[in-house]
Amino acid sequence: MIYREAGQFKTSYAADQGIFPIRLDRMGMVALLLIAYLAIPAVANHYWLVSILVPFLVFSMAAIGLNILTGYAGQLSLGTGGFMACGAFAAYKLATAFPDLHIIIVLLLSGTITAAVGVLFGLPSLRIKGFYLAVATLAAQFFLIWMFNKFGWFNNYSPSGVISAPPMHLFGDIYITGPQSSPLVKYLFLLTFVAIMALAAKNLTRCKIGRSWMAIRDMDIAAEIIGIRPLWAKLSAFAVSSFYIGIAGATWAFIYTGSVEALAFDINRSFQVLFMIIIGGLGSILGSFLGAGFIVLLPIFLNNAPGLVGWHIPVDMLAHLEFMIFGALIIFFLIVEPHGLARLWTVAKEKLRLWPFPH
Amino acid sequence: MAEADAMNAAGAVEPRDVPSGETVLRLSDIELGFGGVKAINKVSFEVRKGEILAIIGPNGAGKSSMLNVINGFYKPQLGSITFKGETMRAMQPHHAAKNGIARTFQNIALFKGMSTLDNLMTGRMLKMKRNAFWQALYWGPAQREELVHREAVERIIDFLEIQAIRRTPVGRLPYGLQKRVELGRALAMEPDILLLDEPMAGMNVEEKEDMCRFVLEVNQEFGTTIVLIEHDMGVVMDISDRVVVLDHGVKIADGTPDQVRADQRVIDAYLGVSH
Amino acid sequence: MFFSWPFFFEVLIGGLLAGVMYSLVALGFVLIFKASGVFNFAQGAMVLFAALTLVGFINMGMPTAVAILITMAVMVALAYSIERVVLRPLVNQPPIILFMATIGITFFIDGFGQTLWGSDVYVLDIGIPTTPLFFGDILVNSFDLVAAAVAGLLVVVLAIFFQKTRVGRALRAVADDHQAAMSVGIPLRVIWVIVWSVAGLVALVAGIMWGSKLGVQFSLVLIALKALPVLILGGFTSIPGAIIGGLMIGAGEKLAEVFIGPFLAGAIEDWFAYMLALVVLLFRPQGLFGEKIIERV
Repeated sequence: MIYREAGQFKTSYAADQGIFPIRLDRMGMVALLLIAYLAIPAVANHYWLVSILVPFLVFSMAAIGLNILTGYAGQLSLGTGGFMACGAFAAYKLATAFPDLHIIIVLLLSGTITAAVGVLFGLPSLRIKGFYLAVATLAAQFFLIWMFNKFGWFNNYSPSGVISAPPMHLFGDIYITGPQSSPLVKYLFLLTFVAIMALAAKNLTRCKIGRSWMAIRDMDIAAEIIGIRPLWAKLSAFAVSSFYIGIAGATWAFIYTGSVEALAFDINRSFQVLFMIIIGGLGSILGSFLGAGFIVLLPIFLNNAPGLVGWHIPVDMLAHLEFMIFGALIIFFLIVEPHGLARLWTVAKEKLRLWPFPH
Repeated sequence: MAEADAMNAAGAVEPRDVPSGETVLRLSDIELGFGGVKAINKVSFEVRKGEILAIIGPNGAGKSSMLNVINGFYKPQLGSITFKGETMRAMQPHHAAKNGIARTFQNIALFKGMSTLDNLMTGRMLKMKRNAFWQALYWGPAQREELVHREAVERIIDFLEIQAIRRTPVGRLPYGLQKRVELGRALAMEPDILLLDEPMAGMNVEEKEDMCRFVLEVNQEFGTTIVLIEHDMGVVMDISDRVVVLDHGVKIADGTPDQVRADQRVIDAYLGVSH
Repeated sequence: MFFSWPFFFEVLIGGLLAGVMYSLVALGFVLIFKASGVFNFAQGAMVLFAALTLVGFINMGMPTAVAILITMAVMVALAYSIERVVLRPLVNQPPIILFMATIGITFFIDGFGQTLWGSDVYVLDIGIPTTPLFFGDILVNSFDLVAAAVAGLLVVVLAIFFQKTRVGRALRAVADDHQAAMSVGIPLRVIWVIVWSVAGLVALVAGIMWGSKLGVQFSLVLIALKALPVLILGGFTSIPGAIIGGLMIGAGEKLAEVFIGPFLAGAIEDWFAYMLALVVLLFRPQGLFGEKIIERV
């Protein structure tokens, strides 16, 4: 079968407004979900689930969040780590203060709390733009990490400053956190949760609110004259973005690592997520996934590839090489394709749609 | 005209309940300065319902600043604006948009990363009511709302003959088409007053003719009041009902094209006679 | 007693002198921003890279002066490569894309420097005295005084370079208006290489001072981040602004740490500078010394 839209006529705007207007795309999505829900659980081993798939899903969530703010609304943020920490510590306080709360409620509430914090630190965006704002978000990054690190109340006065997720049930007696939880349950739960959240994000970005974000990003003066309130557009972007990032932080602490300290969310975490959306594609939900996958897999590849061809590179040297490769890739993508992997995918599809005729 | 009927059916046109010729917008003694420079000096004029008013003048006369005052992007230091019976010191951009003032810009101000369709849909922003929760679900009321507005936008796309570029990101379009999309975005707001800042600048003859046709049709079929800035005197004299002439921030003439053409001060300003 | 005036002045002077060190890093940012409109996030990485390279050559047994000369050459080569590989292909991109590209440069240089020279903490001693001096009751470290003198000298040299030389005039022309400068025949690429080289040399000076004070180590990059709030306070285009901003940040954070810190569990130096910048931005979005921007449509 060839990738074509010819012969697929749409008789209503509803059909034309769908997420996947082309039939083959819809089928591809179904196939992808089948693989994710059936094939991967059947073949993936413990290492794959714990070290690759679960962090990939957590990072995807964070990348979607940052992409909403930076990719769609055009507000550069270097405070992702701080907001992730906010979500993690909010979830911890909620789960320990109200042990009966369901994990989903805890996640959504911690996202909401992070959204409120995000709006607070987003207030300066009403008056400042571009790298001025980036510096302002650095204030959020350093202040939040310091706060969670210094005040015992946030970690229930644990001497090490580490928070550990209490064991929580998903349903029945199936654990989602704590030592009795199985990696497969974690993976399937995160897969469902992230898929739903990604769908919601996609819907937001193609609706009124998403268009108001992009309008502010592309030409804020014109947006204002059309009747978009910059205040509302920017703060809503900060709120929704922080909501996603907060949930990512909470799932990081509760489901991915199980226990975490504030320093796990330092400025390097912010850069890591920023790199995901640059490489994956600014202003693309699909790109958030591609970027997260790329950044999760690249270090694993770098660690194993030299060994496969018989080179032995010392561990610290590898870490430095990783830095260099990340830096070079960022520059490469910004030069060659600022819209990242997602745009390469779209361009490939556009070409394929017309293939084998050039026009 | 079939297109006009379609627009009428969608409620795109304000019914002409007020007789033509009534003042909808009055600017009184507007003064605007940047630092020490006076961009506009005690200018007063009015805009009448249903007319095409041209603002002309040499470069730096304060024409664009005038439009910026009308839709609230600049706040004049002195003077007042009366709009739909309400007098205020300065307009707020959001208030202007909500009360039916739309505009295009001299140096196109489109949302370059978005498609033509999305640019026009963004113009419908103020008419959409559903909250973020429904939008996230994209189901029920939010979806129905999107579809209603999509239909209205498609009518404008048909009217402006830009069907083929519906899905193209506007940053990739040629200049003339971008101007057309920008007009479309303003029309999507279903404005009472349309401000056009040099809608035909940099266009070839054919594109200019198309643009003139659109402007006239918008004015005649939908009753939209139009205020435009234009340098092409032929166009101005052909299509406008009245002309306001600015020079160095001061109004030097105001009247029908024929009156203005005969005005000695206008001739001096354009031929550069020293005053 | 916790508070006493001599102690206050000691902290204040210590803070001001530490602020000079921030100014040294901020100067590099300002130079590049003025001439190319690029917000160079990599300035901190260039500081570390310069210091690592210098220490590397000294540890190979070179005399200090020779090592400094070679490091200067390396910084010029780095500037040339950045212009060739990064800036030239990205010309005419929005500033935010260039900013993110310099984050890429940061990571690359960090990794490159440590791949070449290793990631240990190196001692850098080029013979600056560190004896404590007393002025009345107030204790001042002679190293800090030398640092202040070096910064002052650097500003004077830069001022002469910008005001009196032909290249300096061209740089100012480019800073004012790229296209106008090109139209009178100023070669933009050459100018960029020159200005990035000068920023590289400033980074070397900063690297020497910071490295002598704290040892040459990875955490210098984080210290360099502190130059960002300095820029916010001082404005991106003003060399005196960078100096004054640095002094304010240095003094402010030391005073806050010593006198407010104990009530807030300490270590507020981590974020104080950024918060101060944030508050200033809320009231003066253009910074303390920047010009008010008039938007046109």
